[in-house]
Amino acid sequence: MRLIKDKILSKLMLVLTVASVSLLLVIGIGLYYKSIPLLQKLSWGELITSSVWKPLKGLFGFYPFIMGTLWVTGIAIIIALPLSLFTSLYIVEYAPARVKKLLTPFVNLLSGIPPVIFGVWGVLFIIPLIQKFIAPHFVEFSTGYSVLAGGIVLAVMIFPLIVSILSEVLRTIPQELKDASLSLGATKWETIKKIVLRKALPGIVAATVLAISRAFGETIAVLMVCGNNAVVPHSVFDTGYPLPALIANNYGDMMSIPLYDSALMFAALLLFIIILLFNIISRVILTRLENRLAA
Amino acid sequence: MTQTPHISVQHLNVHIANQHILNDISINIPDKKVTSIIGPSGCGKTTLLKSFNRLLDNAAGVKITGKVLVDNEDIYAPEAEVTHIRKKMGLLSQRPYPLPMSIYDNVAYGPRIHGTRKKQELDELVEEKLKATGLWNEVKDRLNTSATRLSIGQQQRLCLARGLAVEPEIILGDESTSALDPVSTAIIEDLFITLKEKYTIVLVTHILRQARRVSDYIVFVYMGKIIEFGPTEEVLLNPQKELTKEYVKGFIS
Repeated sequence: MRLIKDKILSKLMLVLTVASVSLLLVIGIGLYYKSIPLLQKLSWGELITSSVWKPLKGLFGFYPFIMGTLWVTGIAIIIALPLSLFTSLYIVEYAPARVKKLLTPFVNLLSGIPPVIFGVWGVLFIIPLIQKFIAPHFVEFSTGYSVLAGGIVLAVMIFPLIVSILSEVLRTIPQELKDASLSLGATKWETIKKIVLRKALPGIVAATVLAISRAFGETIAVLMVCGNNAVVPHSVFDTGYPLPALIANNYGDMMSIPLYDSALMFAALLLFIIILLFNIISRVILTRLENRLAA
Repeated sequence: MTQTPHISVQHLNVHIANQHILNDISINIPDKKVTSIIGPSGCGKTTLLKSFNRLLDNAAGVKITGKVLVDNEDIYAPEAEVTHIRKKMGLLSQRPYPLPMSIYDNVAYGPRIHGTRKKQELDELVEEKLKATGLWNEVKDRLNTSATRLSIGQQQRLCLARGLAVEPEIILGDESTSALDPVSTAIIEDLFITLKEKYTIVLVTHILRQARRVSDYIVFVYMGKIIEFGPTEEVLLNPQKELTKEYVKGFIS
């Protein structure tokens, strides 16, 4: 009787697992199905490479939105990664026990703040900062609403995620390994640079991948500070219009324009594909990396 | 007139998290001999060993008083420079911990840190140290493969070679054979016996047979105190103290 229970349970778990994985497939197919009206008018190539966004004239070029997404995410990760790496190194390797206890909840608290608050903070603080103090050094005029603002806000949002993963990764590195390096007369920094970071590299890559995936989809906070202009950004002070912002801004409002709902579904499909591709590529890189380290 | 030994411990007390781990330890470790620290688990043998190269610094809540003189330099003095002290000692831990890099880079790691850059110098050094630990013939064709591919016994010898590469005067072994099979254990033990011509060796072990096979002197530690210290045969075969007698006979462990 108990054995039967065991079997049933394991089967049940299998079914549930398959169900949740196939959900991914269902979403993908659903988005594609809804994009078909648009795809019948315009080809994939046109949709992805065209920069002209004039829905009233039936012109849907998604290139500015794709670039907007990539710029904002790229800036965010460039800012967040070094900051979080040094923070987690400090928390794990250097901080005295008391500071450690104090610091960790603070970092975790950051991840509990709702995105809209980060958005407001971006508008009230980051936008004026860029407009008045940063941008004037580089460009003639900027309103402050820019991919840089989006990147900064996003960086602050993914920071706690990266820190908590990296801290876990760094904690798994055995003290004896560090002792081995120290006992040869290496300093603490040399040990971290040559041994700890090397050993942690796959973990660092994994944390980055997770953070980037999360950053791709972040909507509200980014939408509030990016300027939302369907133009391809060419510098960090240009406005941008990431895909999630496009969907959130227009869904439900612009449905009277022909093909617009189909276009928004296509935007969602694009985002879906970008995240999927990115995850597949990074998985391959991670596997290679782990193999090389083990080789 | 006696020469000052490499390691001289004077009234060393170690507290970890309010526990008195080592209690007023004073000992002169004989140069160019193998000295084994024996005693039951938790008696403080490993703590004593780690106090020699200041690896205790990393643990939380450690309080140390007294002196450890290495070549007449008090290593716990505020002005002591820790990397140069650690360079004088090669450490062989319980389990081998090869660095996450190739066999060659493992041995060259220490010398590179201390400023040796020339390829030829490093090549010679790596070969010399791998030969000293009997590993050269086994690995000379795959120096650039990862060290983690070696067997555990080979890894431990690699760790020894890595330690020797910084030209230490002292080798510290912390139950260095406890993770190894009998054959690898015998190889490591023989290495200790050969290496004592050039190095002062201090081992922690809980295997009395091993202490007897390899060491010239034995320190018996119990409850954080040195109970007895003397030549191997005397301590093991003719112990003076009641506690030592009981431990050697196997009544306390």
